[in-house]
Amino acid sequence: MTRILPHPLLSVALVLMWLMLTRFSLGHLVLGSVISILAGLALARIEPKAPRIRSWAPLLRLVAIVSVDIVRSNWAVAWLMLTNGRHGGRTSAFVIIPLRLHDPVALALLAIILTATPGTAWLEYDREAGTLLLHVFDMIDEEDWRVLIRDRYEALLLEAFA
Amino acid sequence: MTALDSLPPWLMALVAFFLVLGSTLTLLGAFGLFHLKSFYDRIHAPTLGTSWGTAGILLASLLTWSWVQDRVFVHELVIGLCVMLTTPVTLMFLGRAALHRDRADGRGTVPASNAKKQAADSTD
Repeated sequence: MTRILPHPLLSVALVLMWLMLTRFSLGHLVLGSVISILAGLALARIEPKAPRIRSWAPLLRLVAIVSVDIVRSNWAVAWLMLTNGRHGGRTSAFVIIPLRLHDPVALALLAIILTATPGTAWLEYDREAGTLLLHVFDMIDEEDWRVLIRDRYEALLLEAFA
Repeated sequence: MTALDSLPPWLMALVAFFLVLGSTLTLLGAFGLFHLKSFYDRIHAPTLGTSWGTAGILLASLLTWSWVQDRVFVHELVIGLCVMLTTPVTLMFLGRAALHRDRADGRGTVPASNAKKQAADSTD
């Protein structure tokens, strides 16, 4: 099983994408499966370790939390864009955030989350020190951001990845 | 345009709402990119366009075509996913290039990199 499908998640995702982009038919299912198995084998040459997900429940909860956060921060940043000049109360700043995550896939997910929510920009991750340099558009309290990322996102990612 | 006439008013209203929402957010992001002062502030602005700006327009498209073609259209989800997965890459490239340049120029506004900080600590 693992010899044909070294990256099962990738292969399943590719088949799904293939079927989404074409009209569903048996022929496309077969063609898509063949391509995704070949793609999985090709990736195994570059990256032999497939991501290991310990449990899916925290990831589902994360998706729900993040979708709400994206809407909320869109609203917040859009509002700041409109009112910024008039009140002048916004200051942006850098924050250094210590991370307990080390799994590359989990870190990539965190990067996607932080980029997808307007108002935070992932700038640099230091692998040796395990710290992340984040830029925050509307900075009120640095400690708030450390706590937010640790408890809201990082805890769930740690639960999900072994 | 005859196919679009078959949309019921409530769906038209919904589609219009998502279109206006998505395009307004994208416009605001572009405006922010244009008028914000520092580079690091400016990289926040287009994320409005890549998150709900894209999502709004894609939802409008998804609703319209799912109704007109009488089957669920999911191409838009693939577009949304690809936008979401690829933005961090460009953002990190731009961010790290800016950091590197500011550090090389010795501007104090940017936090020093960790390797440099350790070197500085050991010489003290």
